[in-house]
Amino acid sequence: MLLRKVTQSPAICSSVLRLQPAFTGVQRQTLVAAQNARLYSSQAAEAVLDKNVVGRDAATTAEKVEKTALNVESKSFAVNMFKGQISTSQVFPFPSVLNEEQSQFLNELVGPCSKFFEEVNDPMKNDALEMVEERTMEGLKEMGAFGLQVPADLGGVGLTNTQYARLVEIVGMHDLGVGITLGAHQSIGFKGILLFGNPQQKEKYLPKLATGENIAAFCLTEPASGSDAASIKTTAVRSACGQYYTLNGSKIWISNGGIAEIFTVFAKTPVKDEKTGETKDKITAFVVERSFGGVAHGPPEKKMGIKASNTAEVYFENVRVPADCVLGEVGGGFKVAMNILNNGRFGMAAALSGTMKGVIAKAVDHAANRTQFGNKIHNYGAIQEKMARMAMLHYVTESMAYMVSGNMDSGATEFQIEAAISKIFASEAAWLVTDECIQVMGGMGFMKDAGVERVMRDLRIFRIFEGTNDILRLFVALNGFQNAGNQLKSLQKALKNPFGNAGMLAGEITKRAKRKAGMGTGLTLQGMVHPELNHSGELTVKAIEQFGAVIEEQLLKHGKRIIDEQFVLKRVADCAIDLYAMVVVLSRASRSLGQGHPAAQHEKMLCETWCTEAHERIMQDIKFLRSGTSKQTFNNLRAISAAVVENGGVVSPHPLGF
Amino acid sequence: MSARVLVGVKRVIDYAVKIRVKPDHTGVVTDGVKHSMNPFCEIAVEEAVRLKEKKLVKEIVAVSCGPQQVQETIRTALAMGADRGIHVEVSGKDYETLGPLQVSKIMAALAKKEEADLIILGKQAIDDDCNQTGQMTAALLDWPQGTFASELTLEGGKLKVVREVDGGLETIMINMPAVVTADLRLNTPRYATLPNIMKAKKKKIANVKPADLGVDVTSRLEVLNVDEPAQRLAGVKVETVEDLVGKLKESGRI
Repeated sequence: MLLRKVTQSPAICSSVLRLQPAFTGVQRQTLVAAQNARLYSSQAAEAVLDKNVVGRDAATTAEKVEKTALNVESKSFAVNMFKGQISTSQVFPFPSVLNEEQSQFLNELVGPCSKFFEEVNDPMKNDALEMVEERTMEGLKEMGAFGLQVPADLGGVGLTNTQYARLVEIVGMHDLGVGITLGAHQSIGFKGILLFGNPQQKEKYLPKLATGENIAAFCLTEPASGSDAASIKTTAVRSACGQYYTLNGSKIWISNGGIAEIFTVFAKTPVKDEKTGETKDKITAFVVERSFGGVAHGPPEKKMGIKASNTAEVYFENVRVPADCVLGEVGGGFKVAMNILNNGRFGMAAALSGTMKGVIAKAVDHAANRTQFGNKIHNYGAIQEKMARMAMLHYVTESMAYMVSGNMDSGATEFQIEAAISKIFASEAAWLVTDECIQVMGGMGFMKDAGVERVMRDLRIFRIFEGTNDILRLFVALNGFQNAGNQLKSLQKALKNPFGNAGMLAGEITKRAKRKAGMGTGLTLQGMVHPELNHSGELTVKAIEQFGAVIEEQLLKHGKRIIDEQFVLKRVADCAIDLYAMVVVLSRASRSLGQGHPAAQHEKMLCETWCTEAHERIMQDIKFLRSGTSKQTFNNLRAISAAVVENGGVVSPHPLGF
Repeated sequence: MSARVLVGVKRVIDYAVKIRVKPDHTGVVTDGVKHSMNPFCEIAVEEAVRLKEKKLVKEIVAVSCGPQQVQETIRTALAMGADRGIHVEVSGKDYETLGPLQVSKIMAALAKKEEADLIILGKQAIDDDCNQTGQMTAALLDWPQGTFASELTLEGGKLKVVREVDGGLETIMINMPAVVTADLRLNTPRYATLPNIMKAKKKKIANVKPADLGVDVTSRLEVLNVDEPAQRLAGVKVETVEDLVGKLKESGRI
């Protein structure tokens, strides 16, 4: 039955691959809701498109992508879980990527870094001043904090991603405003030079950027181009002599925009296709120096949080940019932007796990010392549940951050789903944890002096910038659907020649039959997870099996329209996030148990509790997606929204009639 | 100037750690506890680095006595600006009983071996609060000493030391070579920056044993018992001055 369905839907894969045109409608919608998102919904499309292609007619390249995607078996756990498969190589055992020397060096850095933030930096003052205090800024520069990942021979500290994660964790614990100043500089501002710069560009720019003598900024977002990055209007026109480009346009909400000397700017350039002779506008990345002239900026924006970091509009008016300043390839700017952002997400997860650690300590301090009704309040279940959940969310986030950084350091190239998940999870977990910290502290937490309300304000932007969580959820889901679609496609091919592929087909048929009958499909994590965690491992396997099945069902059900099914995509992404979270904590707790770590039993409890509840949530989502109610609910939600929009606000009359 | 400065850096339990006594009352718990450089030693290193920055001394040698871990403390000194380190390896029982007398013998021997012109030490360590090593070292070497320094000036081969004494400041002029111990207000130590920590990795740490220096580290002291300070008892509120005086008399305080 199921196989018949597959054969009846030959269009599935190619249509999933060709999603871009339909997706622009999505982008428009999201733009309204999330104007200040730095990323683009086309990022979701990026997953399914040749990354070099920015244009909206990607169908021609789709086939090429299809082929390459089919040939390469991904090692990514996240990619595979969408296919209902388990690929353990990147997640088990929990990565330990630092050698002894790297670990010792990092250990030496942690002390002075923490001390600087404890003794010199004053987050409340930075917040009140709406800038990083001068002496702190100078101290950070001396400290080397502006060039953490710049190679040592170019004046930086030369840290790996994992080492970097450990240090930004300290920053995140103390001051997210400073964190953004540092992050906008090195995590995105000049990351393009690190990743795509040629040797001359690296030598020219990195030494002064590493010392903080020059500050960098990343300029993508424009007034009419938020989530939809492909729609930018800034232009760079090549001179007749080919020596320079003339840059015109304006960028908004640029972190460090008012203080930067070096800008990574994305602009449309006319690029001639060698084959067709057609000229099309494609995005190109440039390194732009303020000293080129024609670069101006607006006043610092007044913001809800991360006030210490400078955010400003940046204008480029007839800026003459030498052709040497093209970053990467002409027309390859979209890929540059993608990679910069993809490479920076783990840092956010690391910083926010530090934030959580900090606020948890505050909540604990209060709960352990505050007496009400004759007992310290941590003795009450209502508080205990909060504390436990805070600890679990922190454990998951921290595990994700170091799982992703570890994978990156061991040379993984396909980590975009994992990186996106870590950003979504971290930003939401940190918000929840901080909210609960204030709740535990009661009125005290609401007071400015407690220092938590600032954290709450600072945190809000993390669910918005560098790809809103809503866009990233679509990215996660569609990226997964693409891979699952490819697998189905190869199954279709096999069906055309059933005898030549009898083995493969038999396997697939059995898998589906078993899944349907509720039997195990032979997937297992046994031997990977510590025996004490076998039950959690089994729950994870069950969830993956059902998840893989529901992905296939949704693909068959919606075909090419899956990209428009955002209600479905959101829930699929939620499941994916929960699943990835399960496997990272399983891996980490297994390692601790295996090493006989003193806190291993505690970690086991964190892991088991997380897995039990996450499994429950996933199963509920899956059940809902499979049920008829989901269709009805989605229709209702659509209709309610349409009516509210139509009415310019809520529709229901006031209960009092006026 | 070609002066060489020897700076002692002691690895102690970090000042922010809540100290716990071992169940067997032989000492305090050190396993898994955060350690860092004794704050007064940091001040001593800083002062030496400042002298070097003013080009008044040529070389700074950081010395620490103890097990393998004290190399971390030496590294911190190197990151702050010391030129090289000497790790005097003392471990096990010897380390547990290592006191000011043993350390000052080591410092004195090293001062001769390294031909030091100046020894700067912290006035005391925050763990045992002995406040003896500087004085003993000076005595063993028969050098002048400027203890509790809150200001240090090198003037033509002589040292002007402003000392924090009871009720004020005392300024003395002493000849070099000399021993100086740093008080709290001498300076504010700098932070070890990440690039300097990197550079410090290339600096050398020599490893010596007390026996190589002809020093016997056997201690003549025996620790009988280590106890937590007595728990502070709850107070009582009194209504009037008379009540207060009455209570104080009653408890035999006045």
